[in-house]
Amino acid sequence: MLAMDYRGPYRVRATQKPEPTIEHPNDAIVRVTRSCICGSDLHLYHGMVPDTRIGSTFGHEFTGVVEQVGPSVEKLKVGDHVLVPFNIFCGTCFYCQRELYGNCHNTNPEATAVGGIYGYSHTAGGYDGGQAEYVRVPMADIAPTVIPKEMDLDDAVLLTDVFPTGYQAAEMGEIEEGDTVVIFGAGPIGIMAAKSAWILGAGRVIVVDHLDYRLEFVKNFAQCEVVNFLDVRDMAIHIKRMTDWLGADVCIDAVGGDASGNFLQTITGKKMKLQAGSATALHWAINSVRLGGNVSIVGVYGPTFNAVPIGNAINKGLTLRMNQASVKRHLPRLIEHIQAGRIEPRKIITHRIPLEEISDAYHIFSSKLDNCIKTVLVPPGQFH
Amino acid sequence: MENQQTPAPSKHDGHPHIPGWGADLDHKNRPAYPKERTPPRLEGIHWDQPQQQPQTVEILHSNERPDITPIFGTTVPPSGFSGMIRRAAFKYSENDMRHWLMLLFADRVNMLEGLGDDLMKGHVPNIFAEMGMKSELKYNRAGFIRKAAIATAVAGLGYYWLKHRKD
Repeated sequence: MLAMDYRGPYRVRATQKPEPTIEHPNDAIVRVTRSCICGSDLHLYHGMVPDTRIGSTFGHEFTGVVEQVGPSVEKLKVGDHVLVPFNIFCGTCFYCQRELYGNCHNTNPEATAVGGIYGYSHTAGGYDGGQAEYVRVPMADIAPTVIPKEMDLDDAVLLTDVFPTGYQAAEMGEIEEGDTVVIFGAGPIGIMAAKSAWILGAGRVIVVDHLDYRLEFVKNFAQCEVVNFLDVRDMAIHIKRMTDWLGADVCIDAVGGDASGNFLQTITGKKMKLQAGSATALHWAINSVRLGGNVSIVGVYGPTFNAVPIGNAINKGLTLRMNQASVKRHLPRLIEHIQAGRIEPRKIITHRIPLEEISDAYHIFSSKLDNCIKTVLVPPGQFH
Repeated sequence: MENQQTPAPSKHDGHPHIPGWGADLDHKNRPAYPKERTPPRLEGIHWDQPQQQPQTVEILHSNERPDITPIFGTTVPPSGFSGMIRRAAFKYSENDMRHWLMLLFADRVNMLEGLGDDLMKGHVPNIFAEMGMKSELKYNRAGFIRKAAIATAVAGLGYYWLKHRKD
């Protein structure tokens, strides 16, 4: 089968690989119909995530048709068209019993700090991902969700990570009616977080980025205010000026370790890799939120360490909440939001690229070429 | 305690242009509320503990757990010199910086091994294509020319320096 093949930082290609097989009685094999490149895939692509092995296939956002099921699968049927949450989870461990599916303790032998994730290095369990024609889906009876008949496939694939992660970012902000919410990052997650902040009752939503085309997009898609940080001398002062010198009620870091905007963070975090990515967005979030406010982190950082103003967080009495999204928990309500027309996630898709052209797809997304916001990869024979 | 009565009109009802504004203000509208709940709202579980997946390849496991997990990925088992480094890294816990630094080092070694593997199989990797330079040329021609000029200058200086040193 054709699959994405990681060859080293900034180098990927499409290669023929063996098709996956049933390895556990509750596995399914899914023929991929859509997969996405996620902003967090760029951390892998840039060589920032430890134990990213050459020959790996990335991709944790995908939909597909069930081709084969293992002997213990009872619920999922061959032919079901499913969306597959990016979390690989067992449903019964200490954490899954608390609905923390992103923290499952039974699916990732290589690390205890994170559960299994498709195509996200051996630090997340060593699974191949969905940027391929076929993929192995463990725990097939609980994770995949059959796509509602009337749902657009492009909306469905964005329910595997992007929309739930954006929504959980807003949820973890504990937004109260009328709150001012500042979101750092106008990428797909930041865009979804902005929309979700309104759904949760925010009174004001401000998105910060440095790419004008993304700010223009989010302004129209999520009807929010925008700030280009290149036009701002000091982010904390700017946000305080915008909020009667108090600061925002809620700040969301929707960027993670690939943030721009601070020379020292960029050099030490991204270029020299002396810390687990550049923590500029988190730094700004902590310093821009009001005293007693909430900071929500969904941007991805590596497992080592980062330089952030934790002393300010203490002195300001902040609540910091963060996690990988627990996708399965959110799906019923988010499907309702799409069906009710409150949000059309598919509108963020700017590029549909054949899987065969994956090298260009990654470069376009990574370098923000051609006003790229979200890239969907289409396996051979799936363009329709 | 959650207010069960009809909520008072919102002071922020001035968002009619935003589809869905406040749709999830009321927790009763949110099947995913609260964030944590036991038992989980899941269907289809018919096990107390997942059956153990047979181990067919070498799986390294964190020493912060007693053994491998019931379910795991089997892609790209450790091999070569990078595999030796990875095995050594897993002697240290996730709490120990050496674990992560050794894994990052192994990744770089593995990249060189990948180049070697390609050549051994008679495949000369097209690094230009793998880096997506075709799209750079298409969408950022000026940037492409600038990068090419810098690369040429660096290579030229390197060549000059090497030649000069031999003289």
